Amino acid sequence: MAKRTFKIWRGNETDGNFESYSTDVSEGMVVLDVLHQLQAEQTPDLAIRWNCKAGKCGSCSMEINGRPRLACMTRMNSFEPDTTVTVQPLKTFPVIKDLVCDVSWNYEQNKRIPPFKPKPKGKDGRLRMYQEDVDRVQEFRKCIECFLCQDVCHVLRDRGAKDRFIGPRFMIRVAGLEMNPLDDDDRVPELKHEYGSGLCNITRCCTEVCPEHIGITDNGIIPLKERVVDRYYDPLAMIGRKLMGIKVRTKPRSSETEPRGSRPQPRGSATGPRGSRGE
Amino acid sequence: MNVTEIQTIEHDVLVIGAGGAGLRAAIECSAQGLDTGVISKSLLGKAHTVMAEGGMAAALGNVNPNDNWKVHFRDTMRGGKFLNVWRMAELHAKQAPSRVNELEEWGAVFDRTKDGLINQRNFGGHRYPRLAHVGDRTGLELIRSLQDHGVHQGIDFHMECTCLGLLLDGGRIAGACAYWRDTGRFVVFRAQAVIMATGGAGRAWRVTSNSWEYTGDGLAMAYDVGAELMDVEFTQFHPTGMVWPPSVRGTLVTEGVRGEGGILLNSEGKRFMFNYIPERFAAETADTEAEALEWLNGKEGARRPPELLTRDVVARAIKAEVEAGRGSPKGGAFLDIASRRDPDFIKRKLPSMYHQFKELAEVDITKEPMQVGPTLHYFMGGIRVDAETQMTTVPGLFACGECAAGLHGANRLGGNSLSDLIVFGKLAGTGAAQYIRGLTQSPKADAAQIEGIFRAATSLLNRESGENPYLLHEELQELMGRHVGIVRTGKELEEGIEKLTQLKERVANVKAHGASQYNPGWHEALSLGPMLIVSEAVARAAHLREESRGAHTRIDFEGEQDEWLKYNVVIKRGAGGELLVDKVERSAPPQYLADIARAKIEDLEAGKVGADAPED
Repeated sequence: MAKRTFKIWRGNETDGNFESYSTDVSEGMVVLDVLHQLQAEQTPDLAIRWNCKAGKCGSCSMEINGRPRLACMTRMNSFEPDTTVTVQPLKTFPVIKDLVCDVSWNYEQNKRIPPFKPKPKGKDGRLRMYQEDVDRVQEFRKCIECFLCQDVCHVLRDRGAKDRFIGPRFMIRVAGLEMNPLDDDDRVPELKHEYGSGLCNITRCCTEVCPEHIGITDNGIIPLKERVVDRYYDPLAMIGRKLMGIKVRTKPRSSETEPRGSRPQPRGSATGPRGSRGE
Repeated sequence: MNVTEIQTIEHDVLVIGAGGAGLRAAIECSAQGLDTGVISKSLLGKAHTVMAEGGMAAALGNVNPNDNWKVHFRDTMRGGKFLNVWRMAELHAKQAPSRVNELEEWGAVFDRTKDGLINQRNFGGHRYPRLAHVGDRTGLELIRSLQDHGVHQGIDFHMECTCLGLLLDGGRIAGACAYWRDTGRFVVFRAQAVIMATGGAGRAWRVTSNSWEYTGDGLAMAYDVGAELMDVEFTQFHPTGMVWPPSVRGTLVTEGVRGEGGILLNSEGKRFMFNYIPERFAAETADTEAEALEWLNGKEGARRPPELLTRDVVARAIKAEVEAGRGSPKGGAFLDIASRRDPDFIKRKLPSMYHQFKELAEVDITKEPMQVGPTLHYFMGGIRVDAETQMTTVPGLFACGECAAGLHGANRLGGNSLSDLIVFGKLAGTGAAQYIRGLTQSPKADAAQIEGIFRAATSLLNRESGENPYLLHEELQELMGRHVGIVRTGKELEEGIEKLTQLKERVANVKAHGASQYNPGWHEALSLGPMLIVSEAVARAAHLREESRGAHTRIDFEGEQDEWLKYNVVIKRGAGGELLVDKVERSAPPQYLADIARAKIEDLEAGKVGADAPED
């Protein structure tokens, strides 16, 4: 048991500041335990978001000593004994209160991705695919939607290009569909025209912060970018397309003649925090 | 308070909870043409379903073609000590395969068999490899598949919104009152039907695998409007939770570790489960280490290792070993897979477990054993529902998933929870649609009910002084762990009930500091009421049931009593607000179900029994 000091950001979307706290830290504690202890003992209305406390739900994302982390997986003994631990909300998203951000933008991006479209079943009425074909897809599907990669992405964080790039999380989601052997949709045109795949300049920051250790850049984004290049920038394919109507593609597109953006928009909504609240 | 100024949202049906059951129910409601709203305390995709690891049970027969719904049904009834609602166990076993295949059509990517089908793994209490799975993160796959499919079905998702109470119109459901967690503002949902999918109430115990959301809101709100609760004395202690470090005590260690060959050892290095094989399971359980190993290697005819006995048996065995002084240094048992499987296999089959121990306990499970002990994991009991429609005893109120009672009886088999969510989630949606189509006019709640609910919530913030909600919660957890734990006695339960009464008086004066905007102290204070109702219900039901069956163990009434098999314990709210607890006689099953459940496995598989069973 040892006294440790913390600087925690307190405030709302318009203003706030760091406040200092000190509390006892015992063996095995993680940063989320410290925050809970502070709630119980010193500051009951400290806002944090959390759920599973085992790194499986991706709720307790925050920036700890300047690094995007899950508070439930950040052990106190990973810091030097005399360091002050600084905890602040994700920078890329607007603050609601204290350490809680409005991440509803991410839910809007997810909705822009057309759903899985299964191939017709085999003659025996079953869908078949093989483990070696789904290993990569399963890697992408490990994503717990903590949005740490979105937080650290330069395109979103520094350039503020949320209107042009869907972000690493959703590139990975598209990769999980595009590389799924049973998905019968062609997702390459959207990658280029709607999701802004060209904006990612492969700095790999997203991969570095991923708590699930998904190879976001190398296994997901780069192969997707290659598919876009093959489709749109390969001169041979372009000539082939123009002269002979040869289509070079990774998967057939059922709705090739559909004009861009004509996909039916779903009804319904995901009212995030700060959604349509009838203020 | 002027009710007309409060934000109002209208839906045909409101689903409360966005875990597997709530999402599946909402998808069905939408498919039935209903205007559907879902409210969830957390963000979408964060519900406790993500924590489910092992898999979902369905007799697909992909790995062993001998599997079919009858064997699954028989396993479920035996696991539930025959107290399950027969028809629910039947529907579940019959419909689970279609629900799992449907998930695949919605984008779920399960692990595969060699010939490209959904792979299935062994699990405690299941005769055949039956659990469709994705490594050890099956719950995440389930919730993400439902979420990504669901957002394209025209459903309105209202995230970070907590329900405070249900609204009635002449005894029928008319909607619910809630607040947005981020702003603290109130909102009224007007709906013709409400589907509860709120999960259990594990947070009333200190050592639990459950997240903060598990405060029994659904049970308490249903109870408050007159619905009956059933079987709540059956609280499942999962045998393997983490015991160290203290801050993660209770966090689940999947049964998949044992399914993949993990063994339990005491401090003397002895594989103690061979000493705890109940008579009922002796014929189907290996009695030597050699035979257990043969089973693991897939030898035809070899019997299952005792580590895969039902959860109540394994949990009590670990407790007994610890109490006899043969526990591990941190007060549990050793769970060893390192000496049984090579590191690559472990990392491939149990990646989350590898990760979880490495990061949280600094233990490499490919090199050393884990230390594990029982943790409050699951509520078999819950809101009493009709087997076909999932409607509760209150017209227009439905329940599915963990918050509903019936499928699991006195104990749940691992893997039957995820399949429960999707089977009964869908049925609740169908039931709600059918009910709404039969309504002749829309129910409307009066302003007084709405005002009452919101005033009660605000009073916790407005009062001058009062007790700290976090500390009251800790006291409740302490009390439940001590008095309503893994083994129970009448005397301890009586003392527990007495203490709960005292705690209730103190909770009535709880004080939340600060404003209503994203205020965890207020949220915590509001959750104490529901937790107390459920805690009292569990304690009173446990006191009434004078036998030991499944997950309910009474030291003063050892063993199953045939007399008690005739009854469910049912709880409801009395006219004066008092909690009424009663024995209610169960109805007899159709003969074919009784025959299948009690059949010798050889006779069932040879078709000597159950051949006359209908297929729907």
